[in-house]
Amino acid sequence: QKNGVSNGTLYKKTFIEHFEQAPMYVAVLTFLGFGVGTVFGYLRDFMRAWGLEKRNVAAEREEQKDFVPLYQDFENFYTRNLYMRIRDNWNRPICSVPGPQFDLMERVTDDYNWTFRFTGRTIKNVINMGSYNYLGFAETDVNALKTVTIELQKYGTGICSTRQEMGTLDKHVELEKLVAKFLGVEDAMVFGMGFATNSMNIPALVGKGCLILSDELNHTSLVLGARLSGATIRIFKHNNMQSLETLLRDAIVYGQPRSRRAWRKIIILVEGIYSMEGSIVRLPELVTLKKKYKAYLYLDEAHSIGAVGATGRGVVEYFGMSPDDIDVLMGTFTKSFGAAGGYIAGKKDLVDFLRTHSHSAVYATSMCPPVAEQIIRAMKCLMGLDGTTQGLQRVRQLGKNTRYFRRRLHEMGFIIYGNDDSPVVPLLLYMPGKIGAFARRMLEKNIGVVVVGFPATPITESRARFCVSAAHTREMLDTVLNALDELGDFLHLKYSRYSKSSHPELYEETRLE
Amino acid sequence: MDIKSTKNYLYWLYCQFELITCSYLMEPWEKLLFYTFNITMLATVLYATYTFVPGHVSMAFQLLLRFFGNQHENTVSIVK
Repeated sequence: QKNGVSNGTLYKKTFIEHFEQAPMYVAVLTFLGFGVGTVFGYLRDFMRAWGLEKRNVAAEREEQKDFVPLYQDFENFYTRNLYMRIRDNWNRPICSVPGPQFDLMERVTDDYNWTFRFTGRTIKNVINMGSYNYLGFAETDVNALKTVTIELQKYGTGICSTRQEMGTLDKHVELEKLVAKFLGVEDAMVFGMGFATNSMNIPALVGKGCLILSDELNHTSLVLGARLSGATIRIFKHNNMQSLETLLRDAIVYGQPRSRRAWRKIIILVEGIYSMEGSIVRLPELVTLKKKYKAYLYLDEAHSIGAVGATGRGVVEYFGMSPDDIDVLMGTFTKSFGAAGGYIAGKKDLVDFLRTHSHSAVYATSMCPPVAEQIIRAMKCLMGLDGTTQGLQRVRQLGKNTRYFRRRLHEMGFIIYGNDDSPVVPLLLYMPGKIGAFARRMLEKNIGVVVVGFPATPITESRARFCVSAAHTREMLDTVLNALDELGDFLHLKYSRYSKSSHPELYEETRLE
Repeated sequence: MDIKSTKNYLYWLYCQFELITCSYLMEPWEKLLFYTFNITMLATVLYATYTFVPGHVSMAFQLLLRFFGNQHENTVSIVK
């Protein structure tokens, strides 16, 4: 299924996204699996309630039994009965740097995932397909971290203050200037935590009487920030510009709900790359819409900064647009820069306003200096200011790895979601039984993957999410792809109806018969 | 050789059944319960098929003949 180019001149290169639907029997069997799981869930709850089985769950005390029940809703039922059975695939502790390969602490369970114990051994050199290490800056190479070590010895690790009191160091000023130069905007402000950047700054920008138009699949930090602000929130369908335009027209024509006054501000919240789908936002159409209806645009580039674009400057560069078109550029340093924290960039007026009015600036501790130095060195490497072309090589390597990985997976016949250029690759698993089996068997083959099910995804569309990194070599990707091929055949995961032959190399030689 | 690949195929089919019905995730006693229930239901359905379906099919056939041709009634006799 390919998306055609609707406005011919708006997109400079083809925008291909896949959201293939599996055959109908897959949905039926998924529901069957959940049905059996639910029936056994009720059976186990019955046994626990009548004392036939030991209770390991959270339950109310005897004195509270007559009050409103706390644990009867579906979410708790699901957690007790379905999530507990496959819980060993999440929260696995690692004990090395999350580079392209890492070490896992081995843990076993004696009572079906209610408790875990560590055996003391570590599983070495597990290929890491789950960390957001897009450019490979999560490294322990001493030469690379020289400046970070110097700053650590100069400043220490603690700041012990907020930005507005005594927490603004010269490192922060240097970093902010560098971020502004990197993105091509007037000014930027950095914060200590990426999640808090969204949730603490959106309330500073919008308030009561404003309208927030947010994408269906926005991250929790954006949703939390929107709810904390007190503005009216309306949701448009994922990446669907017609739905957004309808909402914008209704907002302008009808105004606020009861008083029919004009909205004080209309702001559109979108992300650069959506981490569960791997889809890229339709930025050219969005900017046209925003200019036509005079709304503001807040772009969260958490996963796309450093990962897409010819020189790693995010979706703005990917579409060949100017950063002046976007009102608020937000991003995080956690994913591509191997550090922690977030930034908001844009016009100088905006950033000066945030310096005085953001909750994060007033109350949250600022970023610590070694982390700031890590971002500075990563950004200098990306921009080429350290005198090497290593940054550009990393971006190109990531692009190559992404295209290779996605192409091979499509050829094998798996259903993959998302844009062809996004390094986040969700592979659809659908059935709840396969989630556990997939993750466990991949770990047996020494590959660490992240699987996601309900409630992070819709109930029928559970998936395994791969994050391709520039630090992965071709051999590592081939190991993973061969393991996926084998596992796909064993678990019957190759549902795609559009795949080419699964072994194209057998058919490439000319037949001289 | 054929026996081995058939056995592998049957094992693979069993694994698929386990994965689809979530019995891969169940504890052993739950699996026992689930399989007992399934096998009992399957046995009941098969027994019912064996006992009743031939009778039903012949009765349906008879009904069909009555609608479609009175002239054949004398020449064709159905053994019950």
